[in-house]
Amino acid sequence: MSVIEIKNLTKKFEIDGNTVVALNNINLNIEKGDIFGIIGMSGAGKSTLVRSINYLEKPSEGSVYVDGVNLGKLSEKELRKTRSNIGMIFQNFHLLEQKNVIDNICFPLEIRGVKRADAKRRAKELLELVKLEEKEKAFPSQLSGGQKQRVAIARALATNPEILLCDEATSALDPQTTASILELIKNINETLGITVVIITHQMSVVTTVCKRVAIIDGGNLVEEGLVETIFEHPRTDAAKELISGKKISYTPMKELIADRRIRIVFKENTAYEPVIANVILKVQAPINILKADTKDIGGRAVGEMILGLPDDVEKQEAIITELKNARLIVTEVDYNE
Amino acid sequence: MNEKVVEMIIQGIGETLYMTMGSVIIGYILGLPLGILLYVTGKKGLKPNPIVYRTLDFIINIIRSIPFLILLILLIPFTRFVVGQSYGSTATIVPLVICAAPYIARVVESSLMEVDAGVIEAARSMGASNFQIITKVLLVEARTSLMMGFTITTGLLLGYSAMSGTVGGGGLGDIAVRYGYYRWQTDIMLITVILLIIIFQIIQNIGTKISNKFDHRKR
Repeated sequence: MSVIEIKNLTKKFEIDGNTVVALNNINLNIEKGDIFGIIGMSGAGKSTLVRSINYLEKPSEGSVYVDGVNLGKLSEKELRKTRSNIGMIFQNFHLLEQKNVIDNICFPLEIRGVKRADAKRRAKELLELVKLEEKEKAFPSQLSGGQKQRVAIARALATNPEILLCDEATSALDPQTTASILELIKNINETLGITVVIITHQMSVVTTVCKRVAIIDGGNLVEEGLVETIFEHPRTDAAKELISGKKISYTPMKELIADRRIRIVFKENTAYEPVIANVILKVQAPINILKADTKDIGGRAVGEMILGLPDDVEKQEAIITELKNARLIVTEVDYNE
Repeated sequence: MNEKVVEMIIQGIGETLYMTMGSVIIGYILGLPLGILLYVTGKKGLKPNPIVYRTLDFIINIIRSIPFLILLILLIPFTRFVVGQSYGSTATIVPLVICAAPYIARVVESSLMEVDAGVIEAARSMGASNFQIITKVLLVEARTSLMMGFTITTGLLLGYSAMSGTVGGGGLGDIAVRYGYYRWQTDIMLITVILLIIIFQIIQNIGTKISNKFDHRKR
C-alpha cells in the first residue's frame, strides 16, 4: 500500500492580486519503505509539494492521503497529531538556538506531552544513532553544519515517525558532509524502515540514495520512475537538464562542434570495458569524446558520454551499430540541447 | 548636608525604584500579552487578523504619540478614579503604566519578529499548536531580545518617573524639581541627577549581563 498518495493536487498562491500556480494537478504515490526523490530546479514547486505531505501547505485542490487517511478531512487537532508522526528536516536545520542538543531532540516529545525522563532516554538513544553522544550539552551555535543536521535528524525521529521528509537537507553542506548525511538517511531507512522523501535540486543526491524519483518542472510532475530508468532514458528536457547539469552542458554543447552528436549510457559491466576504443579500432574512424561522466547509482557504475561522430554518414551508422552491439543505450543529441 | 536632606534623598530613591519597578511590572502584565497579540495577528503572524491588528496598532500609535508629560496631566481624572489621588508615587504609576504598556507591546512584537520563521515552521511540522509555538518557541527563542527590551523599558520608565516630579509625583525627580528648580539648591539637584545616572547604569548593566548569560546563539 502506498503510504503517501497525492491525488490531483493543485496549489495556487495569490501574490499581489495575481494567481500563481505553484503545483499543477500532481498525482504521486510513494510506497512504504521507499526512499523517494523529488527533484527540480529552484522555483519548480518541490518545496510546496513536500509541505503538502504534512499539510504545512494546504492544497487549493486535490487531496493528500497519509496511511490511507485524507489529511483534508482531519480537524486541526487530528492534523497536529498526524504531523507529529511525520518527521521533517530542513536545509537550514531550524534548530532551537537557545536550547542545547538534548533539549532540541526532546522538543517534539515535549510538544506531545511525553514525560521529561522518558523523553531524555529516547533522546539519548537517538544521539547514539546519529553518533553525537558527546555533544549532548552543546548548543547549536557550537556545532558544524553536518552536526546540526544530525541533531535535526535525531529530533525528527524522536516521535518514531513512519515518514521522514527532507527539504533540501544537504544543500547547505559540503560534498563530504552531504555524503555522510545521505549515508545516515539510507541507514535509517534500512534499519528502521522509515519511508523517506527527499527534496533536492542535486541529481547526485538522488542517484546516491533514492530508489524512485519524480521530476518537477514549472509546477508539473513531468517524469516519475526508478532512478536508473530515468537516468538512462531521460525523456523530458527537465530530466536531461538535471542529469547533465544545465549550467555545465548547456552552453558548451553548442560550442562542441560536430556534425552529429550522440549520448551513450553505459550500464553495469559495459562501464568496465574499453568500448569506445574497441569501436574506434573496428570502424577505423575517430570519435570525439565531448563530455563524459560516471555515476554510482545504488552501487552500480552508470556512465554517460556525449560523442561527436565523424562527417562520413556510413561511418556514423557503423559506430552507432557497434555501440548498440556493445549493449549501450544510444540517443541522438540535438543542437538545441 | 543635614540628616533631613539625606533621609529625604533615601526616601526619594525608594520612591523612584518603587515607581519604576511597579510600572514596569504592571506594564509587562498588560504589554506582553498585547505584544504577543500584535505578533500573532500581524501579517506574518500565526493567525493573521487585519481587523484586530489594525485596531491595536491604531490605539497604540495614538497613546505613543502623546508626550508623557501631557499624558500625565490628561490622565489626572482617571488616576484619581483608580488610586483616589493624583499625586504621590503610587498615583504616578498609573500614567506610567498607560504610557509603558503600548511601548512594551511594540518592543515585544519586534522581539518576536526576530525569531526565525523556519524554526516556527519546524515546530509546526512536529505538530505544535499555536499556543505551544508561543510559549515554547517564540518566548524561548526571543528571550535575549525580550530581556534587552525589558532593560530598555526600565531605563525609559526611570526617566519618566523622574519627569513626573514636575507635577508632584514623588521620587528623585520630585526632589530635583522642588529643591533644584524652585529653591535654587543646585547641590541637591546635582546629587539627584548623579543618583539617577547611577541607578540607570546599574539597571542597564544588570540587564545586559543577564540577557547575555541566557543567550546561547553565540559561542
